[in-house]
Amino acid sequence: MASNRPLSPHLSIWKWRVHMATSIAHRVTGNALAFGGVVLFTWWLAAAASGKDAYTSFATIASGPIGWIVWVGLSWVFFQHLCSGLRHLVMDSGRGFALAASKLSATWVFIGAIILTIVFWSVFLLGSGIR
Amino acid sequence: MATKFTSASDLKTVRGLGSAKSGVHHWWMQRVTAVGNVVLMLWFIMSLILLPSLSHSSVIAWIAQPVVAIPLLLLILSVFWHFRLGVQVMIEDYVHAEGTKMLALLALKFYVVAAGATAVFAVLSIAFGAR
Repeated sequence: MASNRPLSPHLSIWKWRVHMATSIAHRVTGNALAFGGVVLFTWWLAAAASGKDAYTSFATIASGPIGWIVWVGLSWVFFQHLCSGLRHLVMDSGRGFALAASKLSATWVFIGAIILTIVFWSVFLLGSGIR
Repeated sequence: MATKFTSASDLKTVRGLGSAKSGVHHWWMQRVTAVGNVVLMLWFIMSLILLPSLSHSSVIAWIAQPVVAIPLLLLILSVFWHFRLGVQVMIEDYVHAEGTKMLALLALKFYVVAAGATAVFAVLSIAFGAR
């Protein structure tokens, strides 16, 4: 059967490119969300359901310096996976595979994720001033 | 005319369920849950920003509303389903020894069900109880 399906070369002969980095980042961030994000989300919900004491011990760690590093990191991880995932959905329709287009969209995934992370924290922190 | 670039099996093959006998179901559900995640996670993040505070009483009062508990349960279903499919593909890509692969996939399945049950139970107990 004639096939023009892409072949996957050995990983070590790849040259680092932005679209390749996007693909790797998608998998890494996906796994970070699947294990880190899901555990924190479930812990938060379970602590809220368990009562004030359990929630306070969660909130104490969550609002500490380690907590802040984790939340900022996790938010970037989420937005990176979101932007990259939207790019995947567009490419699933068969669009954007040309080299220039793929490179451009991959670059915008990284830029977009950083912008969204900054916007999220700006709104969150400004909002906490209002409330 | 440009050659059509195909990155997947012919649709007729997968509609006939192909060699894996599950067709494109895994691939398709990854996309369905991806779209669900976009909507539900953006709602969740916006809600966290808009909450008057992230204190125990504020979070409990928020989740106790049906208009929050229901989308939150849908979010758990969509996100947990999505990450199970994604992590499964990663395991299948990197773990080649049959026994280890089966154990890893089993561990993943147990993890998603255990974390999912915990998260769902937490939301339900807040929604039905701790008013």
